Amino acid sequence: MRQALLLLADSRLPAGAHAHSGGVAPAVDAGLVDHDLTLVTDFLRGRLHTAGLLAAAIAARACHLAGTHVPEPAPVGAAAVWAELDGEVDARTPAPEQRKVSRAQGRALLRVARGAFPHPGYAALGTHPHHPIALGVAVHAAGGTPPEAASLAVAAAISGPASAAVRLLGLDPLALTAAHAALAPMADAVVADATRYADQPSDALPAPSAPLLDLLAQAHARSEVRLFAS
Amino acid sequence: MLPDAHAQAHAAGEPHDHDVFEQHAPLTGEAAPRTAGRAFRVGVGGPVGSGKTALVAALCRTLGPEMQLGVVTNDIYTTEDADFLRRSGVLAPERIAAVETGCCPHTAVRDDIAANLDAVEGLEESFAPLELVLVESGGDNLTMTFSRGLVDVQLFVLDVSGGDKVPRKGGPGVTGSDLLVINKTDLAPLVGADLGVMDRDAAAVRRGKPVVFQSLREDPSASTVAEWIRDARKAWLEG
Repeated sequence: MRQALLLLADSRLPAGAHAHSGGVAPAVDAGLVDHDLTLVTDFLRGRLHTAGLLAAAIAARACHLAGTHVPEPAPVGAAAVWAELDGEVDARTPAPEQRKVSRAQGRALLRVARGAFPHPGYAALGTHPHHPIALGVAVHAAGGTPPEAASLAVAAAISGPASAAVRLLGLDPLALTAAHAALAPMADAVVADATRYADQPSDALPAPSAPLLDLLAQAHARSEVRLFAS
Repeated sequence: MLPDAHAQAHAAGEPHDHDVFEQHAPLTGEAAPRTAGRAFRVGVGGPVGSGKTALVAALCRTLGPEMQLGVVTNDIYTTEDADFLRRSGVLAPERIAAVETGCCPHTAVRDDIAANLDAVEGLEESFAPLELVLVESGGDNLTMTFSRGLVDVQLFVLDVSGGDKVPRKGGPGVTGSDLLVINKTDLAPLVGADLGVMDRDAAAVRRGKPVVFQSLREDPSASTVAEWIRDARKAWLEG
């Protein structure tokens, strides 16, 4: 794998991810996840098949489009292609708070990527792209492919909540890392599944959902005591 | 969303959506030009309970009437500090933005400043031309320091009741901050803190950088710190 892509995959990338728990914080508040490692692992597995799959498919699609629909020279309808993808992501993100979080993280990633991996493709994304769209374009700019974009999206979708669970619950980081590693084959399968959507029309993207997490995300935004932004 | 309502939602940290075609300041991906169209940014850091928020409130009272001011707070797990400032009435509530820090108050102002940059730029957009932004860190420990990518100068706030040995212990905040503020000097006799020891030790580890002793009870306007910020901003504007 290219070193540039490892930078994008690093949780220390200054793109704001540290303040987001990937839904773990509201799940802990609601008593759905606690110190029981099995519950945390179940949460990560659920996350892999919902938010992970969706983010990965979007990132793969955006990475593919970035290779074919850059604005200079502008192919006919380039803006419409990106607007359509943005709309499809909105439609698959029913909780307003999740949309807001996705766009805030997309903006932060765009800020880093523009400096680190300059590319004309960012110009078509507006100022607040959804995070997986920004990720897909950044991976293309860093020399990566749609499967690699999907891979980075899946990794982020489970490493964020895993790290947040350690910080919130004081879990044994060695035990959690082992549980995380045991999910790797399943995560690879999700990456392969997501990659299939790269060259399909944007409206064919998968639409997995976790309604309870959507509701918790809304409740979290109104909570008085929050350690994480989401 | 209409631009005004949108700016208010930004400033209040309220949930709202961003349309892709909405007009926002472009992201350059480069450090902002030194002074072009942006505010002078001052970081206020220091341990929990040392009086950072009270100092920020005092600075708002003193500097608010003379310059266009905004405040970004980094609370550890609530919007307590932002709420305190809003309630205290020292600044219009929409000029105070709160950032959440994911269990790591340090990270948000030092390693990954993305959310803070967004908050600062949001205020600069909404209240242009903004002249001064105070960025208050979440209370942390002596290893606290701000990224130079986020603030132009930084204050580190200690209080005498934390013990007169603290300056000697050093740490990036004590040794590297542009101004060390030793707060609550009125408590020194009550907690047995020797201000002379703190002064001597601070001078030794800070290699001549300034130290201010203050008591907001005795000087609610924080006049010495406010004067230091005026001078620092003037020097920054002159490049």
